[in-house]
Amino acid sequence: MATLSTHPDCVPVVSYRFGKGAANIDKYLELDGYQAARKALALGPDGIIAEMKASNLRGRGGAGFPTGLKWSFVPKQSAKPKYVLVNGDESEPGTCKDRLILEQDPHAVIEGTIIAGLSVQSQMGFIYLRGEYRYLLEIMERAVADAYAEGFLGKNIFGSGVDFDIVTQTGAGAYEVGEESALMESLEGKRGIPRIRPPFPAVVGLYGGPTIINNAETIATVPHVFRLGGAEYAKIGTERNGGTRLFCLSGHIERPGVYELPMGYNLKKMIYEVGGGIPGGKKLKAVVPGGASTPALTADEIDIGMDFDQVGKAGSMLGSGGVVVLDETTCMVEFALRTMKFYAHESCGWCIPCREGTDWLKKSLTRLHEGGAVDKDIDNIRYLAENMLGRTFCPLGDAAAMPTIAFVKKWRKEFEDHLEGKGCPYRHTHQEELVGG
Amino acid sequence: MTTLFSPALAARFDKLVTLYPIRRSALVPMLLYAQDEVGYLFDPVIAEIAERVGATELEVRNVISYYSMLRTKPAGKYHVQVCTNISCMLRGGNEILDHCKKKLGIPNKGVTADGLFSLEEVECIGACSWAPAAQVNYDFHENLTPASIDQVLADYRAKSEKGAAK
Repeated sequence: MATLSTHPDCVPVVSYRFGKGAANIDKYLELDGYQAARKALALGPDGIIAEMKASNLRGRGGAGFPTGLKWSFVPKQSAKPKYVLVNGDESEPGTCKDRLILEQDPHAVIEGTIIAGLSVQSQMGFIYLRGEYRYLLEIMERAVADAYAEGFLGKNIFGSGVDFDIVTQTGAGAYEVGEESALMESLEGKRGIPRIRPPFPAVVGLYGGPTIINNAETIATVPHVFRLGGAEYAKIGTERNGGTRLFCLSGHIERPGVYELPMGYNLKKMIYEVGGGIPGGKKLKAVVPGGASTPALTADEIDIGMDFDQVGKAGSMLGSGGVVVLDETTCMVEFALRTMKFYAHESCGWCIPCREGTDWLKKSLTRLHEGGAVDKDIDNIRYLAENMLGRTFCPLGDAAAMPTIAFVKKWRKEFEDHLEGKGCPYRHTHQEELVGG
Repeated sequence: MTTLFSPALAARFDKLVTLYPIRRSALVPMLLYAQDEVGYLFDPVIAEIAERVGATELEVRNVISYYSMLRTKPAGKYHVQVCTNISCMLRGGNEILDHCKKKLGIPNKGVTADGLFSLEEVECIGACSWAPAAQVNYDFHENLTPASIDQVLADYRAKSEKGAAK
């Protein structure tokens, strides 16, 4: 069971119903459940989008695109059916927040999907969960069936004359499918390779129809925006960064866990006060602020507010909310290698700069870590990574390249310490295979 | 149609293809659910699923080779998947994997001679704040130590023996 961690600074908005048995529909209804959908029905499409824009809610998947704006891009008239697609393919290393939502408050995801559907007059939504989350799929399927039984889904929802269906879907193991266009391909029964954009999914998406695609946390937040009111929700966060988010603390930290904190919460405070600091009195070396794709920050760079704009200004990204803490004993070359091994495994192979780049970077980093590298390998790693940027259909290539560039730039000394046949000075014994794997 | 699946699963598949605007959308879930029941995706299974979703066998094979959970060879009754991605690595994920290799006497992607266990090093499974973690089939096991993974493996072994004794 995945449970929420708490601290006096936590602000329960998305986690308002966590730990209260809200997966049960009666309990959910007791806790103001499905009131937001009724409000949204009364507001109508324009009213819903206005409320969403006022909330300053930005996409929790990682890119931070304003949700209300995204919904407003869906054309009012469309010859093809419109769809809502919920991205629960949570697989960004360092991120384990959607699990909590799906386990503890599945009806919030359903209600958010209904509201998203109402905003664009769609009649069908899909909730896609990664294949490994089977127990969550079972919870979600039960919740969807209960919502049908209550008349909240299906024909004439809430007696409003509007029809809306939800289908749940399982993946079968693929990080790349968390990318919006690959997600649509997967749902259409194909390999999850990305589509070129434009056209964007809001215009040509699932089955060729206009499609809203949002992260599960974004969708689960939507009912709370209507529960509190858009303007009130916005006030919790910082400028242009409304509300709270679920931060996942992991790695070398005393109290790892998922904590709901206001947007803009100070990262240093998050690590030392909320997370209890570094175990064993060790020093901090680095922090990955938002999942493996985001460039790591040094110990001197963490006195910043955790919102999309402030982390962006610090040269990284807020990403998916996965805060990974590294103490002074961590070998940054080994960490860079493990990160790259992941991207090389997950690259779908469609775009050559990503397919070849991740593999060569994995090989170069392996050689460096094992002690067989030469001087120019360090610059080659950076050069190779820089040349992947912006040259692929989807952001996976960038996600592999950006952290690598930061590792080399900020911890170059550690890379140099591995040269001249010395191997890892941190004496990490785990051997990596040079080829294959 | 004649089917390789249990009546319950066949009925589920009959319904599954009707849920989407196109039948093909049922492909990925159908492959996974079929594998859960029959163990792995062998040729006749692929042929039946291709027919059910209206795709060619080649198209189905292309999809199978993309998804890491889908397999065309048998795994153990209990498939032990140890995460070694960043959050788990920092808290001893590699040690858990090495421990499993030794304990089970098999390499990564190996199957024990009795077919009871198979082992796989996997990418992030969404248990970062409770690392290191592993999944055995679909069950999560978190905050692992070498001693606790021993207990997890022993529990599955006992469960299997209890099942066999019945």
